Amino acid sequence: MAIAEERPIAAPPVNPENERYFEAAKKGVLLVGKCAECGQHHFYPRLLCPHCNSENVEWVPANGTGVIYSFSTMRRGVPVPYTIAYVTLDEGVSMMTNIVDCDPDALNIGDKVKLVFRNAEDGTAVPVFAPA
Amino acid sequence: MTIKGKACVVGAYEHPVRKAPDKSVAQLHAEAARGAMLDAGLGKQDIDGYFCAGDAPGLGPLSMVDYMGLKVRHMDTTDTGGSSYVVHVAHAAQAIASGKCNVALITLAGRPRSEGSSGTQARNYGASAPDVAFELPYGMATANGYAMVAKRHMHEFGTTSEQLAWIKVAASHHAQYNEHAMLRDVVSVEDVIASPMISDPLHRLDCCVVSDGGGAVIVARPEIAKQLKRPLVKILGAGEAAKGQNGGMLDLTSSAAALSGPAAFAEAGVKPADIQYASIYDSFTITVLMQIEDLGFCKKGEGGRFVADGNLISGTGNLPFNTDGGGLCNNHPANRGGMTKVIEAVRQLRGEAHPKVQVANCGLALAQGMGGNLGSRHGSATLIMERG
Repeated sequence: MAIAEERPIAAPPVNPENERYFEAAKKGVLLVGKCAECGQHHFYPRLLCPHCNSENVEWVPANGTGVIYSFSTMRRGVPVPYTIAYVTLDEGVSMMTNIVDCDPDALNIGDKVKLVFRNAEDGTAVPVFAPA
Repeated sequence: MTIKGKACVVGAYEHPVRKAPDKSVAQLHAEAARGAMLDAGLGKQDIDGYFCAGDAPGLGPLSMVDYMGLKVRHMDTTDTGGSSYVVHVAHAAQAIASGKCNVALITLAGRPRSEGSSGTQARNYGASAPDVAFELPYGMATANGYAMVAKRHMHEFGTTSEQLAWIKVAASHHAQYNEHAMLRDVVSVEDVIASPMISDPLHRLDCCVVSDGGGAVIVARPEIAKQLKRPLVKILGAGEAAKGQNGGMLDLTSSAAALSGPAAFAEAGVKPADIQYASIYDSFTITVLMQIEDLGFCKKGEGGRFVADGNLISGTGNLPFNTDGGGLCNNHPANRGGMTKVIEAVRQLRGEAHPKVQVANCGLALAQGMGGNLGSRHGSATLIMERG
């Protein structure tokens, strides 16, 4: 199934905690959380480590590559079909995203994907992935 | 403190309406409440505890207690999505056991059908939800979240669409006898597979109905329950749990039922094999399969084989489930199916299910609820009840 048209992307509600994430996205960078105390990455990034509750958290650039953990293409009840997915990044965390620039019927769990960006309806840059 | 034997379900009522453009949400709550009171043989002056969740309009219990003219001394508004009402029964038993109330009313109602709700719409829980900025742009709806769970299950365990379809087939066998069910036609595995693909691998017939309506349950102290003229339904045990994305250490292969289930079985002092009837939350076919595994009715990964070949059909299968037709065929009021799960389990224990689907001598039943989205974050609630 080829998807000719891309759907409009709803603007992410930006707040004081997550605005740095979207500022980085504007520059082509995907940030993930990393705890300076326990050393673990986390996603979505936040200012308290969800693994050890430390406040000593940094947001660091991700490599931008990963593999598909799971995905599904919404084919009915929406104006334009689209593929939602979880991608497991090289850093070990999985993030919700879309897979774009692809034939959804040709995708498989475990496929390698790379970071690209799409603009939401308000112009905010949103990280998505395409087959690598 | 255990709730085992500390409270009974004395009233249960499922609103017969499935489309209610001419009724208010508060009215549906109150009509369901009145139905449960009539079922129990209680009046509103007997109610001293009230439980509701996010579907209650306005200020929740404050609006509804005022609307119904109740005088209560205990309230609980735990909201874990569609599982809330299973949690409420357990919390009502806790409140009764600790002396906070004697007779607790739990209500649910909503009109998603009249309001044009669909499981393909992206869900926006509001800008203050910490996850929404990371999910709303990607079109995270209800159907595609569960679809990702199904896809991963198929990848890990070889589960097939045909196996998932058997869950819908079983529900439809039961729904044919329910005069209020939205979908009463018996369907085949082939019918499910041939229905339009919504969000792969989930077809239209893998998805529950969208219905208006409501329901109510009344939980009371055993001394009060014994004075009423209804069959006794005792609460034996309960468990609740939540599971999310675990900071990105994602695992979509098991649900929070793997925690709530064992807690409920331990409190009740029974095993999965003892359960004679199970109400299992069925927003989608995959929802049922995941919970059947996580509750321990079969091993993880073997759910597909367990549900196949009619094993969930009352009278022929080993685990009769959702004998009202469930959310897949009967009713999913307010997009929250936990209430109807409790109600059909109570009907079974009373011997008041439809004769064609009534489990013979049903003495032990389970009601299992799931709320939120299995594909992101969800709550699970397990309740075990016994005929008195």
